[in-house]
Order: sequence, then C-alpha cells, then structure tokens
Amino acid sequence: MRHVLVLAGGLSHERDVSLRSGRRVADALSRAGVEVHVRDVDQTLVAAIMSSPPEVVWPVLHGATGEDGALRDVLASLGIAYVGSRPASCHLTWDKPVAKALLAAAGVSTPAGVALSHATFRELGAPALLESVVDSLGLPLAVKPTRGGSALGLTIVRSAADLPSAMIAAYAYGDIALIEQFVAGTEVTISIIEDEHGQARSLPAVEIVPDGGVYSYEARYTAGATEFFTPARLSSSAADSAAAASLTAYRTLGHRHLSRVDLIIDADERPWFLEANVSPGMTETSLFPMAIEAAGLETSGVYAGIVERALTTS
Amino acid sequence: MTDTADQLSHALAHPAAALREPSLGSRLDPWVKSYAQRTAGMTTSEIRALFSVASRPEVVSLAGGMPYLSALPMDTVAATVAQMLATQGLTALQYGSGQGDPTLREQILEVMALEGISAHADDVMVTTGSQQALDLVTRIFIDPGDVVLAEAPSYVGALGVFASYQAEVAHVASDNDGLVPHALEERIRGLLASGKRIKFLYTVPNFHNPAGTTLSPQRRPQILEICQRHGILVLEDNPYGLLGFDGEPPAAMRSLSEDGVVYLGTFSKTFAPGLRVGWALAPHAVREKLVLANESAILCPSAYAQMTVSAYLATCDWKAQIKVYRELYRERRDAMIESLSARLPQASWTHPEGGFYVWLTLPEGLNAKAMLPRALTERVAYVPGTAFFADGTGHRNVRLSYCYPDPDRIREGVRRFAGVVQSELELLETFGPYDVTTGRAVRSRGVQSPAVDLS
Repeated sequence: MRHVLVLAGGLSHERDVSLRSGRRVADALSRAGVEVHVRDVDQTLVAAIMSSPPEVVWPVLHGATGEDGALRDVLASLGIAYVGSRPASCHLTWDKPVAKALLAAAGVSTPAGVALSHATFRELGAPALLESVVDSLGLPLAVKPTRGGSALGLTIVRSAADLPSAMIAAYAYGDIALIEQFVAGTEVTISIIEDEHGQARSLPAVEIVPDGGVYSYEARYTAGATEFFTPARLSSSAADSAAAASLTAYRTLGHRHLSRVDLIIDADERPWFLEANVSPGMTETSLFPMAIEAAGLETSGVYAGIVERALTTS
Repeated sequence: MTDTADQLSHALAHPAAALREPSLGSRLDPWVKSYAQRTAGMTTSEIRALFSVASRPEVVSLAGGMPYLSALPMDTVAATVAQMLATQGLTALQYGSGQGDPTLREQILEVMALEGISAHADDVMVTTGSQQALDLVTRIFIDPGDVVLAEAPSYVGALGVFASYQAEVAHVASDNDGLVPHALEERIRGLLASGKRIKFLYTVPNFHNPAGTTLSPQRRPQILEICQRHGILVLEDNPYGLLGFDGEPPAAMRSLSEDGVVYLGTFSKTFAPGLRVGWALAPHAVREKLVLANESAILCPSAYAQMTVSAYLATCDWKAQIKVYRELYRERRDAMIESLSARLPQASWTHPEGGFYVWLTLPEGLNAKAMLPRALTERVAYVPGTAFFADGTGHRNVRLSYCYPDPDRIREGVRRFAGVVQSELELLETFGPYDVTTGRAVRSRGVQSPAVDLS
C-alpha cells in the first residue's frame, strides 16, 4: 500500500482553502486504497518527515511556501518524492508577470500590464503614475497582487477613480501589484495532468460564469454563486486553441504531474493567458476536480495515478 | 497498466466520448434555487477565510472572544462532574423540561441578584447559550421588515440572528456612556414617521462587545422610559456584567423594569462556554411563548450541561472564580491599553472597565477591513469594525480582544498591529485619500467575523 503525506494549511492567506483541498485529496486517495496522512506545515514538519519518511509528499498548499517552490526545494533536498512541479518551475509560475512574459515569448497572448511596487509609486508620485497607466492600458483594468491565488486582492477597476483603492487592496496582500488590461470574453480554466507515459494531457475546459461578473473569493467558494459549464461553450476550433495554449503554458513553465491554466477566450476565439497554478484548488467547488469529472474520470483514480507519476519521476 | 491508468488514457485520448453534450450549466448545488430568502447573506467571505491563519501559534490573535479557561480549577470541575453523573446520571442523560432544570433556575436567581434583579424562577428559561435566547426572542417578535434598534456598533452574533429573521437593524448612536438617550428618541421618531414598526431595542449595557463601554447609571432609566413610552421592548444582553474590574456590578436594566425588559444571561464567561448554558428572564406572557418556541426548536436544553452548571454552583466557590477571571482580565486590559498608548498615538480607543474588548478608531482614511491581509502577513489578527454594523459602516474601527492571550503576547500583538497601521498610513500617503465605501473590500454581504472558536 502506498503511503502518502498530504500537506495542507500553512501560514498563507489561503490557509482555509488549502485545508479544504487537502481533506478532499486525502479522501480521494483513501478511496483509491492509498494510506494517507494529512498534516499542517509548521516547525515540526522536517523532523517528522526525516523520522518517518513517506513514499510521496503531496503539497496541497496554496500561496507562499507551498507554491513558490521553497517547500519543494526542502523536500528535494530531503530526497522525498513529491507531487507537482519542481522548484524552478514554481518560481516562474508563482510570479505572474514572469509567467506572462514567458508565455508572450512563446507566442501566447496575454493581457498587457505593468507590475509596480508601492515603492515605485512613492518615488514617482501616485497620481501621475496612475494616470499614465490608465492612459496606456485603458479601462477596465484588473488589479491583483503579483503573487497569490483565489482572487485575493483582485479588483476589476472600471473607473480611474477606483484605482487607488484597488491598489491599496492589492498591496494588502503583497508588495507588488499587477495592473493589467481586463480582456472581455469567456473565462475558462484548463486542467492538465500527466498520463502514465509522462505525456501532458489537457482535460475539458471549464467555463466560469460568476453571478456578479467577477470570479471573486466569494464566487469561488460559495456553492451556487457561480455557474460552471463543462465543457466550456466554445466552438471546437476555440476549444482546440485554448487547449493548445494551456499545453504551451504547461511546457513553457516546465510544469510536472498536474497544473491548471486560466484563460480568457475573446470574441475572435483567441485565448489570453491570465495565470497558471502549480497547486490548483481541490475543494468541493474547485475547478480541477470538476474537469476530471467532465472527462468522465474519478478523482480517486486520477489522484492515485498522479502519486504513481511522482514516484516514477523522482 | 492498471484499470485506472487504462481508463485515464482512454478518456484523455477520446475526450469527446466522455463529454456530455450539450453543455449544461452547473452551480454545484442542486438546491440553489430552493433556499429561503433569509439565507441571502449566508455566503463564504474572504475575511472569514483569512481568520483561518489566526489560529496558528505564530499569529497573535486579538480577534477571538474565547474566555481564558486555563484559569479554571479543572480537577475540581472534573470531580464535580463525575460526582454529579454518579449520583444523578439517569436524570442528567435523560430528556429534561423545555423550560430548564428547576434547581438551576433557582440558582440563576442568586446569580442575577448580584445585579439587583429580583425575579421568580418560573420566569426564567434556560437556553443553549444566550445566543439561542437571542434567536428565540427574535423568532417570537420579528416579522420580515420589522425594526430592531441596536447600539452603533452592536454584537456581531446578534446582527447575524436579526439578519436571519429579515429584521431591519437601525443603529443608535452610542458614546463612552453607552446609548445616547436623545439619539434614541430621534431615531425612534424618524422610524415611526417613515411608517416602520419597531419591535425591540437590543442592548449590551455592560462592558459592551465590541465597544468596551458601559451604559451609565443615569442613562439607564432614561433609555427605559423612552422605550416604554413608545411601546418598545428592551432586550438586555448581559454576558459580561459580573466581569467588571472595579467596584460592584452595575445594576441591571431589568432591576429597574420588570415588564419592559427581557434579560439574557449566560455562564459562558463566568464559568465555561463549552457547556452552552444561558438563560432568558422574561415577563410571564413573553416567557410562555419563549418556552413553546424553545420546545419547538430543541425540545429541551441539555440536562447534562445544566446539571453540570448546577453542581458547580452548588459545590464550588464560583464567586471566587469570577474574581480570578476579573483580576486576570484586568491585567490583560492594562497591558493592552498601555501598549496602545505607547505605540499608537495616532489612533484612539475606548477604556473598558470590564469585559473582553477594546474598540479602536484608526486614523482618518484607513480601512480596517482592507488592512486585515497585511496584518495577517505580520502575524497579528483583529476583527474589522464593519462586522459590528448592519449598515456597512465601521471601516475605521477595529475590535481588539484581550481575553485570551497573556500580557506579553498582547504587547507583542499591539507592537505588530502598530507596524501594520504605520505601513497602511504610508500607502495612504502615496495614494491619497480614497472613498472607503467604494472599495472592493466593503462590497461583500453577510457577517464578516471569525468563527466562534477562534482564540
């Protein structure tokens, strides 16, 4: 019997999501006959792993340490097999402007934007800088922290007057804020898993239609607040190009085992890369398990398969 | 190849075969159209999720409201419970009366006598914490759209109950001496003039949660007179009355009016909240309806919990224990006030003479709710003031609790909090004043407070 340690919790703003994701992953793995333990990430973790090393660690952690590669570096140095992308890949994905630049270089469209720290605004003066940002990018804009997920700190700004409060909301979560053009279109997310041959496969796109128009934290985690379409209501050509863009993101960013890529499909059927996630949410209302179900698969079998991949590729 | 891998590669190679056409929308909740209107505000919130981190030991939580139970003599309590079960187990584990255990109701009279209340045990009804009494009183008085008057700010748990019965909450200005009588009079007149139906005034007169203030003895009869004149019931919620730091407990409003007041009490702060034993003392006709409502809600309060409290009151020195709690909380209050004075001269705050909470007002332009993620990054938690208003105000306010962390942790928490305020002021300086009411951080509905088991 496989012995997997699921890590969930941590100290990030997404602790609550991580705890819920972790429980779901553990349930699914148990159903597949895997022996699973779930634990938090704290000062006793390294000693615990060293004294009783699990076969595989699955870091179901969202935000900071779990997604920025740091914890995976630690696991690698301990010689423990783990699920998910390698540290370098996490670093690139975690920093949204870096990921966007790599995807743009790989030929995938991504909304124009700027990443600015609070210090930059202080040095150059906020009113003039904000004005120039609005002049060059136009409205509406999406403002979010460059790091982090679950739409925490995200604001869609439709009037220049709302930009300062959106900046303050983003800086509450991190030192650098990404201001990017808001591209109108169909919001989809594509989950990717590695098959047993190591081939990355995209699952059916999930289309997201939040009640309030913005896929905010509330819209994500209140059951009923968002309508999902699986597969997304896209033409087959749009679905193909979206799948191709997501696979390009997976390869460009060097992902491994699993990831999820968020895209907007505009009226011309062009996919726009928003961000990728090395540790996608796995809660009751999360998109990754939804995509698995849409593919006619069971989460338990898929997750057990991912654990096997982690063992063969470590 | 395993079956699963087989299945996986088939589905991945032939995605169309697995897809359902045409694509139907799903809301992940088949009952989403079935819920009652009163659930409209019951949503997940970013703020509530953020508090998840506050339970980690790295974070100094000034957000919770958990009594410091380590001060209880647990050996004595354990022995008391064991003895009670051994001698009265058959009663303790059986259904009990809907109104509550008669012995406990007599003992509750003794507790209330400390606040000048004289009453009859027949008019006491035991509930599952005073929170349930709050629910029952609201249930028997409120039709959707009826008005409940409440202090500004008001207890978040009560606002949640009022919202669930679709009451409209009208806040009444309060200052350091509690509710302002002429403001109450004006508010009532304004509401009546606009055709509103006012059912009761909800007030926490002693050591208010979250304001930390106490209604002055001079104002108590004035508030009662105003309500009586307008035919408005007073719902006096008094969890902290015996936890004053100086002198005698304030005389309850119920001690001044038998017919116009429903009084709510609890053993959660003076003994232990895990037992969930509270009570309502009500005029007899109200009490009759409350008992029927209680039976339809829960049949009867826990006999086991009631008899545990009863045995504790009968055999332990509960008054001495309250004194222990008082001294402990006074020391913590002092630590908090001293640290605030030393580190946050740019803010202002109330000076509680009892209870658990300090109510702080941030410098102009700051938004406590928008600032919370930064605070958690700096490993300190508080409750943003917006939780305590039904009308979306309170952005500049913060509730800081001193009941659970020890004085050193409180000092460290305030140090971190002051750093967060400073950083936020720098942001404000960069971006200039903005309208806090248009920001994204204030849009969400529902009760934006931590779960009750937060330390």
